Amino acid sequence: MPSAIETHDLTRRFDTLTAVRQLNLRIERGEVFGLLGPNGSGKTTTIRMLCGLLEPSEGSAMVAGIDVETSPEQIKQRIGYMSQRFGLYEDMTVTENLDFYGGIYGLRGAARTTRLSAVIEFIGLGGRLRQMVAELSGGWKQRLALACALLHQPPVLFLDEPTAGVDPAARRNFWRAIYDLARQGTTVLVTTHYMDEAERCNRLAMMSGGRLIALGTPAEVAAQVGGKTLEDAFIILQERDEL
Amino acid sequence: MMPRFWPMFRKEFIQMRRDRLTLVIMTGLPVVQLLLFGYAIQTDVRNIPTVVVDESRTPESRDLVASLENTGNFRIVAHFDGRDQLDAAIARGDAQAGIIVPYDYPRRLARGETATVQVIVDAADPLSSQSALSAAAGVAQVRNLEILSREARRESVPLEARVRPRYNPGLRSPNYIVPGLVGVILTLTLVLVTAMALVRERERGTLEQLIVTPITKTELMLGKIAPYVGVGLVQMTAVLFIGRYVFAVPLTGNVVLLYAVALLFIVASLGFGLLISTLVRTQQQAIQMAFFFVLPNILLSGFMFPRQAMPLVFQWVGLLLPLTHFLKVLRGILLKGVGLDALWQQVTVLAAFSTLLIAVSVRRFHKTLD
Repeated sequence: MPSAIETHDLTRRFDTLTAVRQLNLRIERGEVFGLLGPNGSGKTTTIRMLCGLLEPSEGSAMVAGIDVETSPEQIKQRIGYMSQRFGLYEDMTVTENLDFYGGIYGLRGAARTTRLSAVIEFIGLGGRLRQMVAELSGGWKQRLALACALLHQPPVLFLDEPTAGVDPAARRNFWRAIYDLARQGTTVLVTTHYMDEAERCNRLAMMSGGRLIALGTPAEVAAQVGGKTLEDAFIILQERDEL
Repeated sequence: MMPRFWPMFRKEFIQMRRDRLTLVIMTGLPVVQLLLFGYAIQTDVRNIPTVVVDESRTPESRDLVASLENTGNFRIVAHFDGRDQLDAAIARGDAQAGIIVPYDYPRRLARGETATVQVIVDAADPLSSQSALSAAAGVAQVRNLEILSREARRESVPLEARVRPRYNPGLRSPNYIVPGLVGVILTLTLVLVTAMALVRERERGTLEQLIVTPITKTELMLGKIAPYVGVGLVQMTAVLFIGRYVFAVPLTGNVVLLYAVALLFIVASLGFGLLISTLVRTQQQAIQMAFFFVLPNILLSGFMFPRQAMPLVFQWVGLLLPLTHFLKVLRGILLKGVGLDALWQQVTVLAAFSTLLIAVSVRRFHKTLD
């Protein structure tokens, strides 16, 4: 069985800046894999290339067994994506957003009703369905975004800083949902700023200046960078960047 | 076929209904435009403020001034003693025309010499000076005929041109303006609204979420503009209705044909907006570009200024605007009552425009962020 995500020398340049430099990753099915690194280290660019939102300048990547460069559209039915910036419609209700994305992912009739109620139940959105999205708090928006990304039961899920600006209780619930999904076989690639979240990943890749500088379990990554804890490692990195 | 079109259409419809600004643009703009153009704009200029210097002060001269005033084009606002005062009044802008009857006017008239009357116009405003000139010439002509016929002892004049203004016998401005206004209003609102459509999603960050789904470019763009086809048809109906019952503009021809062609024109306008949407990055730029496009539509399409009077180059530029072709259809059907046999060329061009504009927009759009 092929890996869920596999990249070979994946590179992306913007004019003179190289945002991601020869990245090699192999992420297995059912893994919760973290991308860690300071701002501008290339995490978002990496995720966007894997989703087919940006074309790689060099190298290649396979997601759910499909080549990102040659068939970016086929990948889209098999991935869920939560962008860094909230990307749903604020002037529509929770239900209207769910209905819309259900329709876009090709859910019809009874299948749509069943799947929608399953996701609403799983995420716990039941009480908010008629509310206008603009009125929701950050935590609820994030839940809705996750729900929309899960409607078509994608085998691979990309989460770009999903918990930025969300309170601790909501973050804990969110991670509970992520683990449930991973247990059911969903592969999750998540970027984060929070050390406690990074600690929860099965494996981590630490990036800096577009390069992969450490890869492994949280403890292994800390050791590779030269810190006792992940937090030490992160600070060491940031200071190195500022030099 | 296009299974994701309907969800996109429904979503766009929901958002359209909730967006105040769009609703105002779509309903308020047509009404304001219609009242403005319908009431304010008159191409035949009447009541030009006029000052008179009557040097002869005789019954003959007063008779002449009265017949000039009776044309309705001149409105006498003052009588002066000297030409200096007359010049000053026109220079100040208090008057736009001046009539000078020389002291020897009755004498020359009586002797059978050429009597003259001077009409001075402020040609800084060509439209009103034009109508003053033709009114003055008309009065002179009528007088000449009377006098000559009398001297020749003829019962009737030797030649008369019988002009029959077909399709708009009363030469009414609304009959000319209102049909064109249907096209102008559709262009203005539909281009503006769709020009902002895609950029707004880009600015709000919702496009990023949308393009990681399997929706195709065609489904996305057609779903986006489709609700506005309905908007365009409603706008057109409203303008035609007000035109008919407020401005008494006739509706002579086949209404079904009119709506069918309007559909093509609406799609072409939406396609143009969509194209703008793919060329700009922000809503601000979209608005600027839409206005940049709308201005030549008003000036070059033949909506207000006759295209025959334009230099060839601008006539060609005008042909590139869908409105130019739609105006012919509107006036043809509404005023002349002609059918497809007379309008097939315009219809073909509009069909080509709508297909081309949509196809180019879809081609230009990419489901990526760069």
